[in-house]
Amino acid sequence: MTLLAFDWAYVIEKLILIIIIVLTTLLITLYTTFGERKVAAILQDRPGPNRAGPFGLLQPLADGLKLIMKEEIIPTAASKWLFILGPGLAMTASLMTCAVIPWSTEVHLFGRTIALQVADVNIGILYIFAVVSMGVYGIMIGGWASNNKFSLMSALRAASQAISYEIAMGLALIALLMTTGTLSLKTIVEDQVAGHWWNVVYQPLGFLIFFICAMAECNRTPFDLPEAENELNFGYHQEYSSMKLGFYLFAEYVNMIMSSAIMASMYFGGYDLPFFDESTVAPNIAAMIGIGTLLIKIVLFVFLFMWIRWTIPRFRYDQLMNLGWKKMIPLALLNMLITGALILSKL
Amino acid sequence: MQALTNKSFAVNRTPMTFWERLYLINIIKGMMITFSHMFKKQPTVRYPEQKREFSPVFRGLHVLNRDEEGRENCTACGLCAVACPAEAITMEAAERMEGEEHLYREEKYAAKYEINMLRCIFCGLCEEACPKDAIYLSETFAPANYTRKGFIYDKNDLLIPNTLTDAGALAKAKGVEA
Repeated sequence: MTLLAFDWAYVIEKLILIIIIVLTTLLITLYTTFGERKVAAILQDRPGPNRAGPFGLLQPLADGLKLIMKEEIIPTAASKWLFILGPGLAMTASLMTCAVIPWSTEVHLFGRTIALQVADVNIGILYIFAVVSMGVYGIMIGGWASNNKFSLMSALRAASQAISYEIAMGLALIALLMTTGTLSLKTIVEDQVAGHWWNVVYQPLGFLIFFICAMAECNRTPFDLPEAENELNFGYHQEYSSMKLGFYLFAEYVNMIMSSAIMASMYFGGYDLPFFDESTVAPNIAAMIGIGTLLIKIVLFVFLFMWIRWTIPRFRYDQLMNLGWKKMIPLALLNMLITGALILSKL
Repeated sequence: MQALTNKSFAVNRTPMTFWERLYLINIIKGMMITFSHMFKKQPTVRYPEQKREFSPVFRGLHVLNRDEEGRENCTACGLCAVACPAEAITMEAAERMEGEEHLYREEKYAAKYEINMLRCIFCGLCEEACPKDAIYLSETFAPANYTRKGFIYDKNDLLIPNTLTDAGALAKAKGVEA
């Protein structure tokens, strides 16, 4: 009888939500790859991909098709299962992050109130941290299983970089958590909607540190040392071909979108449209406006990521480590100290 | 030591200030530069739709000319082959028979006339050497081909269409008015 008492409609509702979110994330990612190429082109006075379809809009589909049609090669010296597991893990870990992101307020459909968040975990931020650190396993396993010294070195770089920058990221977040007093992303966003200012006003330094660390976590330029072509040929996905390579490249873009969504939620008010009172419109419309607002914020952040990538060159490895350990961590600690002092003085 | 040009300058080795060492300001400056490039005019020529014009002295593929009665001008004198520095031109002469007067202008003509476009350096010396107004360099170029043999152009490829039916054939073949 306990099984029958289960709210099946709730399960179905969540399943549909998961499918929609994952599919839209993948679709947006597909077009982020296109956006990356277009942004790169425009910043360099080129037209960019413009052959497939109107304005080249079918280009990502053509790219995907090409990757799928390519021959699948597994090197004989590679550890086969781990070789296949690597890209899968990288992709899964980056997609799992979207579970705790609050996309918008509730919608009312068929007499039900549906929260537009897959799981409102009260430790949402810890969950994100756990999942994001798992992403490096995908790179690590892939690089190690390839049985190629360049891949292995690149994987080691990726792992050490992720560890170094996660510390500073976590410390920057602690300062934010001290001001918000909660680990739930939903509550953080709701507080920002209700309050006057977004969290970035209270935590400008924290945001800057978090942003730089997010860039390092996503292996984006100027922190794309795991993919440093001039030293490591191609990086940890050297031996990969076909869609397995596609998964690695794709996971990077999913990571980028996810960290943009997290930054938007934590520091820039999430689905909060500034100077607009959501209670004046119907709740369903307000929810749609919220989704649109969050998407716009994500797109702006993704553009910022790309803009930086096509502006500045890559760090040298010792510079990367110097920045991570000697600049970012002390700065984050200082930020924590100042925040703590300010909170204490207010009490 | 005195500098030879005024282009050299001494490297500034003064230690960086705090703000310079932060790099953030310089990064933002750099980003502004890339951002400004978003609004610049692209120099790209969108090739299949848009073609760049050749200069008026462009020398491209050869064409063999006919006179105004539609007869071949070439008399297979071989001056073009002699003038050719790349030895790209070969020809075989033949005598004009009775009843072929409408095909060839003079009593000797080129039965075979071949130019190897892989050897040709498009210098235009054949055009200058020709006493019979028979060979011209057009404003088109040889398209890609799968075989080397495909680059040996014979009379079928080189001769312009009949000028009797199409008056502007030479200009068209030269690509002057496409």
